[in-house]
Amino acid sequence: MTDIWAGLASAFWLVVSLDADLVDITLRSLQVSLTALLIASLIALPFGTWLAIRRFRFRRATIAALNALMGLPPVVVGLIVYLLLSRSGPFGVLGLLFTPTAMIIAQVIIITPLIASITHQAMRELWAEYHDLLISLNTSNWQRIRTLIFDGRRALLTASLAGFGRAIGEVGAIMIVGGNIDQATRVLTTAIALETGKGDFALALGLGFVLIALALLVNFAIHVLSRTEREGRW
Amino acid sequence: MQMKANLKDVRVKRRGKTILGPITCDLDPAGITIVLGPNGAGKTTFLKVLHGVERLSGGDVSWNVSDEQARRAQAYVFQSPIMLRRTVRQNLAYPLQLIATPKPQIATRVASWAAKTGLTDALDVSAPRLSGGEKQKLALGRALIRDPKVVFLDEPCANLDGRSTREIEALLMKATADGTHIIMTTHNLGQAKRLADNVIFLLDGQIHDRGPAPAFFAKPRSPQAQAFLEGDIVE
Repeated sequence: MTDIWAGLASAFWLVVSLDADLVDITLRSLQVSLTALLIASLIALPFGTWLAIRRFRFRRATIAALNALMGLPPVVVGLIVYLLLSRSGPFGVLGLLFTPTAMIIAQVIIITPLIASITHQAMRELWAEYHDLLISLNTSNWQRIRTLIFDGRRALLTASLAGFGRAIGEVGAIMIVGGNIDQATRVLTTAIALETGKGDFALALGLGFVLIALALLVNFAIHVLSRTEREGRW
Repeated sequence: MQMKANLKDVRVKRRGKTILGPITCDLDPAGITIVLGPNGAGKTTFLKVLHGVERLSGGDVSWNVSDEQARRAQAYVFQSPIMLRRTVRQNLAYPLQLIATPKPQIATRVASWAAKTGLTDALDVSAPRLSGGEKQKLALGRALIRDPKVVFLDEPCANLDGRSTREIEALLMKATADGTHIIMTTHNLGQAKRLADNVIFLLDGQIHDRGPAPAFFAKPRSPQAQAFLEGDIVE
């Protein structure tokens, strides 16, 4: 119990004093995960919607694979990205290993299937509702995807938030490809793992509470934004 | 230009059961054409075949213009109106946005059609929240906003009360007067008699009888059509 109180106190002081390291680590966490979220959403939202409206040969297999990939173990993703980006790997010349870019790549791979799968589920129902009208109006595939994404934006927000949740709390992959280098690739989760290993539970817990607060804050902010939109448009 | 359809040996089968056809006919829609027939006669399928959104099991439907032009010059109003989850204004604007109409033009057309359909006060209401009659009027306005040559309506007044029915019929008469051809199904014989210029009587997926409305209603050629008009149950 004392550890938890010490952790709370430590978190409080870290936040109140705007500890330079803490701010640095937190901003990097946000930068990596939000960038990964943005890229993953740009891929997954149209792809999930496209899956909902297109009938093609391997559609069922694709959807099954996508659902299976939701449970992709981050450590394995980290390992594979590491091998691809390492000096001897195919993308070694880019020199990306142990940079935030590598961490973003790993996180995009982890959260894209999750966002695409939730998107597909939500868009399938909307498509069933709109199908006849959009066919009758002779819409192109791209127009259909845009219409569904626009009208289903609230469901897609949920999909993106689920992706963000997975990215911000993820440690296995970014530890491997980022290397947890101080001032360069250290983020909240890897810092927590490090401090726990060193036995500094108070600091680790403090960082943990900051991480939870951050996740809550982002979710809350996005929900507030979407609610104002609902009042304006609906 | 006058739109004409040519149906050649059209068949629609689903799960081994023939829903429509074989139908071979020329269709030269003028004014309001009413498609009559009991449930399961293939009325909706017939409309969808003409609109080109039904997969054919055999035969061929061709309009006297290219498929692309034909689809652009047609609109379809479904039996249960499909509302985009947007405002009434955005619903009306949607078909125009699809064909990249300039914004000021969209605004004027939307305003004009909102007035014609009596939805001016509801422009900023979310469309799924409208009443049944308002939804059907919006669907009709959205179908007519591109000035189509041919409009298909599937039971536009099913489940509507007298007043909404009258408003919709007024819109249809107006559209016809402006040169739009209407092909619609209905169960309501009274409505058929009020509106029809031409009648097509479908039974078991076949065209049993067709002709100008006054002649059809006065003296149907087939005994089944006669029975249907007299209110007998035709199967």
